[in-house]
Amino acid sequence: MRTPPGISSTTFATAIGQFEKVVGSQWVFTEDEDTRLYRDAYSPFLGEPEERWASAAVAPATVEEVQEVVRIANRHRIPIYTISTGRNLGYGGSAPAWSGSVVLDLKRMNRIIEINEENAYALVEPGVSYFDLYRYIQERKLKLWIDCPDPGWGSLIGNALDRGSGYTLPYIRNHFEAHCGMEVVLADGELLRTGMGALPNSKTWQQYKTGFGPWIDGLFSQSNMGVVTKMGFWLMPQPEAYLCGRVLVRRRDDLHELIRLISLLENSNISSGCPDSSSPLLGIGSIGAQARFLAVDEPIPADDPEMAALRDQAEAGDPSGLEAYGRRKNLAYWTFDIKFYGPARVVAAQWESAKEILSAIPDAWFEDQGEYRFPLAEEPKDHARYPEFGIPSLNNFSIGARSSTNPTPSHGHMWLAPIIPRTAEAIFEANKVFGDAARQFGLPQLRFALPAWYWQRSAIFIFGLPVSEDPAENRHHREVFNHLIEVAGKHGWAEYRTGPVFQDAVARQFSFNNHSLMRFHESVKDALDPNGILSPGRYGIWPKHLRKPR
Amino acid sequence: MHTSSNLLRRHGRHLWLQAAGLLLAAAAPAFADNAQTIGWTRKTVVVTADTPRGYVEYQNSCSVCHGPMPERPGTRALAAKYQGSLPAMLEDRTDLQPELIRTVVRNGITVMPHFRKTEVTDAELDAIVAYLTRTRR
Repeated sequence: MRTPPGISSTTFATAIGQFEKVVGSQWVFTEDEDTRLYRDAYSPFLGEPEERWASAAVAPATVEEVQEVVRIANRHRIPIYTISTGRNLGYGGSAPAWSGSVVLDLKRMNRIIEINEENAYALVEPGVSYFDLYRYIQERKLKLWIDCPDPGWGSLIGNALDRGSGYTLPYIRNHFEAHCGMEVVLADGELLRTGMGALPNSKTWQQYKTGFGPWIDGLFSQSNMGVVTKMGFWLMPQPEAYLCGRVLVRRRDDLHELIRLISLLENSNISSGCPDSSSPLLGIGSIGAQARFLAVDEPIPADDPEMAALRDQAEAGDPSGLEAYGRRKNLAYWTFDIKFYGPARVVAAQWESAKEILSAIPDAWFEDQGEYRFPLAEEPKDHARYPEFGIPSLNNFSIGARSSTNPTPSHGHMWLAPIIPRTAEAIFEANKVFGDAARQFGLPQLRFALPAWYWQRSAIFIFGLPVSEDPAENRHHREVFNHLIEVAGKHGWAEYRTGPVFQDAVARQFSFNNHSLMRFHESVKDALDPNGILSPGRYGIWPKHLRKPR
Repeated sequence: MHTSSNLLRRHGRHLWLQAAGLLLAAAAPAFADNAQTIGWTRKTVVVTADTPRGYVEYQNSCSVCHGPMPERPGTRALAAKYQGSLPAMLEDRTDLQPELIRTVVRNGITVMPHFRKTEVTDAELDAIVAYLTRTRR
């Protein structure tokens, strides 16, 4: 049995024995064959000495058990690292940020405590996955939708605390913003409820977010200030219809006005779904096209060599040849898919209104991309629609998997995801900056890319770097990743989220006024968790005894 | 997780697989008043006292990737691996060794991660193994 750093084997054995009394010995894991199941399957340090490892794992089933486990850990100063379903692959999985921590595995806490159809909300525990909640709703034939990320086995709570996203209405697809009320176990075992939940016998815990006084929920996301044991989520009433329309434009420089108008549509609630962009001339697929590609129904045609040559010219600064080619072949430089949820007559009117507004761009044209009515009579044929309809799946795990054209599958991936402004200037600039930086490292695949549009008011680049079984390749990709974090920071951009291996590097970018934000986090950490037992190092927040000089 | 055009570029552009046979294998679900939805799918299947536990656990833990639909990543990957020499659907295999199933579930393979005992208990894994080896020759 391995022990956490700085903890004697006697103390550890005592703590393990106490954990077993609380949760039952079958739910305390100390044998190597069990603790290695807490490795991050997609670790960027796969198989190397720096790969994060757990000394043990404890899996409580109730809040009371969590409180007891935390009290024991606090008494013996055992570091414990909390996971929900542990399926945050590409962002750290189930492995602790600090090697040797005991993983507090909340997968067994899988109760859906309340679901309210009239007012569209649910209260769940951390082990509840998107699949679980979806199935629960389907079984009861409730007229509710969830909003899910691409992988459906994640925890609603875990994903929201990591500030993940989905694809439906703006206030729902930002999973942290969609939450309403938390229950948290603090480092001394104390139980806390936030928002209206602090009111004994509260009748509105999941109906009014901020309660009274400071709203502290953010302290428990991307952090290590407490163990969240319940969270409320606002859901979406099943709409009557979904409609998708596409706007297509001719010129490279149309992107400026196009993005301005897409933001106007979204910020005015004229469109309601997650926009999705592509460039047929540059060979950049939309996220929807990639989902279709991954689901095998829509092959991507091979490039015309003439277009490929003109593309190189365009990327070097002269798009005129590519634009002329586009006119000849009726191919757009840029497209946006715009989505609408609501009554059929309303979404049709919204699309008409959107077309009027977008017609301000000379030569813009439009294509209908289909309308759906709910409930669906059958499975959607178009796999891009699954997450847009709140249907969880794991279809995107085709990324990097073996296929007819990919005989050497990867061992996972790491996501670099900097947030940039919602302007064409920023997209062009970021492409130049990231493109130059990547070329320095011999990564030609980082050529022109379009961001995703999950978040209102900003755009987000998502670059995937594969994890392989070759340590040299993984080292190379870690170097690229760290370099791009720094390059982004120098330009005023930063990641919205990252895995433990890169959390210190990203946190260091947020250095305004001599790291005053991190110093604030550390003050809070020291006050709430003076022994530093909760998830040391998570999101770059280290307890006092492990803190390194900045 | 999000998709990435850049990663796709690296991993090839065209992944179409021979999937028609798999589509045929997707039997129409039975519906009844006592239907219980199981598995990580939208399919409603009737679970009775006679339903083998391994079948239920397989639907719960495996079918989302190794189900009968061509877009399921596990089924697709195995179709590419075996090129028709073995069925892509694990449920159609008659050659699976219990130890291989246990090893893959607890170790993972390529992009398939390993499963913890809080996700698939040893007893559930035993049931899955029994189900997948029920027709072993």
